[in-house]
Amino acid sequence: MDPYALKTLNAERRARRAAILVTDLGDGRDRIVREGDQVAGDLGAAIARAFRSGNSGSVEAEGRTFFLNAHLPQPRLVVIGAVHISQALAPMAKIAGYPVEIIDPRTAFATPDRFPDVALHAEWPEDVLKRHPLDSYTALAAVTHDPKIDDFALKAALDANCFYVGALGSRKTHAKRVERLLALGATADQIARIHAPIGLDIGAASPAEIAVAVLAQTIHAFRSRGLDAKGAVA
Amino acid sequence: MNDSLYLDEARDPLIIAEGWMKDGKDVAIATVVETWGSAPRPVGSHLVIDAEGNFHGSVSGGCVEGAVVSEAIDVIDSGKAKMLEFGVADETAWQVGLSCGGRIKVYVERLG
Repeated sequence: MDPYALKTLNAERRARRAAILVTDLGDGRDRIVREGDQVAGDLGAAIARAFRSGNSGSVEAEGRTFFLNAHLPQPRLVVIGAVHISQALAPMAKIAGYPVEIIDPRTAFATPDRFPDVALHAEWPEDVLKRHPLDSYTALAAVTHDPKIDDFALKAALDANCFYVGALGSRKTHAKRVERLLALGATADQIARIHAPIGLDIGAASPAEIAVAVLAQTIHAFRSRGLDAKGAVA
Repeated sequence: MNDSLYLDEARDPLIIAEGWMKDGKDVAIATVVETWGSAPRPVGSHLVIDAEGNFHGSVSGGCVEGAVVSEAIDVIDSGKAKMLEFGVADETAWQVGLSCGGRIKVYVERLG
């Protein structure tokens, strides 16, 4: 392995950016491909598949055998709001492979008693997101219903290009939210990425069912990354 | 292979390999490139080895690491990468004991 390739790969992994180490198993030469780099032909198609699935494997292309080792950051889910939905969402998302962090400055809501075994921050999103920045391998679901808490986080999620951004609230609530986000400087294209009303339309009624709908939408967004320029799905 | 939210730097084989390299050590990197049947570690898993035979990570559940380490020391000496195959069909492999019944292919290369 080329020492420079190893250094580059580790730097990308530390920065939570996806990278694939492509090794020619015939002559041992290797190189790093970052997400978004253009690679032509069958090899390029296999690389695109590996970025989407995260699966490593060998591929035959151009009469050679390449090994693609896909290094994807662990996807995670940040939930704004320590509410009933979040209580159901946190354990389900964790089981599905999306570790959760919950942020809610309302100390009556954000109690370890209500949220055992979850990373819980009884602070304003502004403060937590400064320490733990959002990124494109993070999903954000804003479920407090309170613009004072949700809006900053939603704008930050759009700016960080989170792979999923969802916001609880009716169409009417969302129309008002759109006005506020425009005033905060978000573009119309960015705002179009927000899933609102939140969750896949499965007719969810209870908080736990809404959590299923949000988790399903998060997984769909993650697994269809890059298939749609705007990232908007469902 | 998914990397953890915050890399576990003390146990991450590729981070350790980079550290060894900076310390001026000779290093080999072994990678699972193919599996069949009930292989214990997924494709893409790494074992990293230095010239003294110190190693971190895994390519199996501890069954074939010993054999990979000794091959890796040859690879460090020669600089020539090797493709190793372990499985029940292979008499030697059976001796080193991939007893889970799976088969794995491990690519061993020198760093630099």
